Amino acid sequence: MAKLKRSEDLKTLRKSLKKKEKDFRSTVIIPNGTCCQASDSQAVIDSLKKELARQGLEKDVSIRLTGCHGFCEQEPIIIIEPGNLFYCQVTPKDAGEIVSKTIMKGVVIDRLLYRDPVSGKKVRTEAEIPFYQAQDRQLLSYNKFIDPCSIEDYIATGGYDALVKTLAGITPEKVIEEIKASGLRGRGGGGFHTGRKWEECQEVSGDEKYVICNADEGDPGAYMDRCLLEANPQLIIEGMMIGAWAVGARQGYIYVRHEYPLAVKHARIAIDQARKYGLLGENILGSSFSFDVQVARGGGAFVCGESTALMASIEGKVGEPRPKDIHTVKSGLWNKPTVLNNVETWANVPAIIMNGAGWFAAKGTAGSKGTKIFALTGQVKNTGLVEVAMGTPLHDIVYGIGGGPQKGNAFKAVQTGGPSGGCLPVSRFDLPVDFDTLGEAGSMMGSGGMVVMDEKTCMVDVAKYFLSFLQDESCGKCVPCRMGVDRMLEIVTDITEGRGRSEQIELLEELAETIGQTALCGLGKSAPNPVLSTLRYFADEYAVHINEKRCPAGVCKELISYEIDSEKCTGCGLCVRACPSEAIKGKKKQAHVIDMQECRKCGICESECKFEAIMVS
Amino acid sequence: MSATTLDSILEGRRSQPQQLIEVLQDVQDQYGYIPEEAMKTVARELGISIMEVYRVTNFYNAFSLKPKGKNVITICTGTACHVRGADLLINQARGQLNVKPGNTTTDGIFTLECVNCVGACAVGPVVIHNGTYKHHMTPGKLRKAIDQAGGGIKKKEASHGKAEAI
Repeated sequence: MAKLKRSEDLKTLRKSLKKKEKDFRSTVIIPNGTCCQASDSQAVIDSLKKELARQGLEKDVSIRLTGCHGFCEQEPIIIIEPGNLFYCQVTPKDAGEIVSKTIMKGVVIDRLLYRDPVSGKKVRTEAEIPFYQAQDRQLLSYNKFIDPCSIEDYIATGGYDALVKTLAGITPEKVIEEIKASGLRGRGGGGFHTGRKWEECQEVSGDEKYVICNADEGDPGAYMDRCLLEANPQLIIEGMMIGAWAVGARQGYIYVRHEYPLAVKHARIAIDQARKYGLLGENILGSSFSFDVQVARGGGAFVCGESTALMASIEGKVGEPRPKDIHTVKSGLWNKPTVLNNVETWANVPAIIMNGAGWFAAKGTAGSKGTKIFALTGQVKNTGLVEVAMGTPLHDIVYGIGGGPQKGNAFKAVQTGGPSGGCLPVSRFDLPVDFDTLGEAGSMMGSGGMVVMDEKTCMVDVAKYFLSFLQDESCGKCVPCRMGVDRMLEIVTDITEGRGRSEQIELLEELAETIGQTALCGLGKSAPNPVLSTLRYFADEYAVHINEKRCPAGVCKELISYEIDSEKCTGCGLCVRACPSEAIKGKKKQAHVIDMQECRKCGICESECKFEAIMVS
Repeated sequence: MSATTLDSILEGRRSQPQQLIEVLQDVQDQYGYIPEEAMKTVARELGISIMEVYRVTNFYNAFSLKPKGKNVITICTGTACHVRGADLLINQARGQLNVKPGNTTTDGIFTLECVNCVGACAVGPVVIHNGTYKHHMTPGKLRKAIDQAGGGIKKKEASHGKAEAI
């Protein structure tokens, strides 16, 4: 690995990489991100490698392990090129057949093809899959070409061209102008104009400045940043380099949560490789620009997603936010001017420099430009990462790309924006998703988490879930968040456990307002949102819990009881073995009975029963 | 606790208080928890008060003050896992192991933990068993995993054979 001393060296390297690609008869692409690994992709990889070796094809077929392609529900996935053949839910047992039939003879194995749940038809290629077709994958489409542990793959796809272009003649001021003109806003949820942030930092004098990549994606139900950093770490580094050039920083940090071990690993490897090529270090590509990046691991504190808390954490301190009377662009990390953007924001920078602000601004809405990645999860058929132009209606994402509800249940709501966001009911699914509209509707776009909920989800329980999360994660520095969220949780718990009184709703709203106005940091200020949005759209559910002491969705334990339908029960005994409280009794092949004295209402019997014989009332 | 390991963790980081969290991460990885002795050494070597080291250790979820069991069962309680039944998994593990999340069984074989989100939301609910991610978990699959790892309270009435009519 020789150091690249001039921009021409990068071109020469790219040419030589392209030549090497032609040596292979075919390439098998296997996504191997965290979600893929959870679906046993590693076992598929191992058996495919073994099979290729057994059939003597190691030198003819290359295997490229990439990050996640986004269609997580169908993993493990493999794509065979040329041909773009797409196999899903592959098991290690399929390896032999894939090699001998598809790779050797070009025969398609029908059972491994994806079946579109809407049309019922089998789909041959990745490009034809409706889940992908309905998207505009500006960032995610690169993932399939890149092994995240290979900087060469990134360079081969045009990587670091934006840096070359910048260093060759775009002044810091012009870079900032371009980013401002593009309308790029912070993808972490705040939606602050990136160009303006850079400009403010650039205007501060001083030669010690920092850029930070916030990869502390703490919102539960969101994993866009994990995927990007795991799959294409060089893209993030290149974005940071352009930002550093613009503001005048020499040092950058990627702050990754420790719950993302693969992202930590890939970021470290990427930095190491970039240093070896001289793309990080002193006088990059022969220019006057010097820059380096380090990985800082987060300690598993949600509050560290907040900029000032994150910076305290990089400094080795407890991650508590501070008042932002002086902005971090003026006094941030170690009291020096600092620009902090999240992973997806940095990822958008190189393409804006390459294609121009106009190209980026052509997509999206008046106030929200470009594309946005969403993590579509929960009770929806097609779960995964979805990249669409800003302003795409919620309906198109959930029904169109998501394929509608799972198990034939009706949708109830979509939770967007994590613990700072809210729940939007089906009647609001016509809303375009962007920074501004969802906020007006009582939720927020946030960083892009989209958890779909159906009729089996209790909205009061969801409110309680987020309050418990926030109570647990509150850093405790300011009273409104520490005590206020605690009190709100107490009230909502009362409601879910049958002790609710209607006058408590008013108190909840009053507490929410006070916390919203007085908490120290953005996370505290937005903490009441999940409760406020559920109160706004699902007041009837609260009312039933309070007045009738009933949970219509059958979730709140204190308000429900389980019973076995003797008509449906076959006496198979599965529930007897499953019940941790030993509360189910009955003879083999005879209807069983639940002993209410022993039942702890854990719900395991209901989830395990194959005959839908457990009734919730 | 081996002094050499701690020594190598501290290598190149001495007298740099800003390295505290990175050092503690490595100590946690190496020992599975942050021993008191290690905290004292880290405080001395980085030039921080022991109180500050304790405060940081206590603040972040990544650090544990108690040793963990041989099998660490981590249940993801992110929103997506929650709506797909993560609570059932917690109930299953609690019932089977007779410990609350955050604790270790008296025999030291299992530690039950909850984590706020591991970002594998699309394939949830997710359970991590000693670093291996398991997707689309159900109470039944978790029960088997715990049984196979050699644990859990043996139930008196495990099958119909011994069950009495009620």
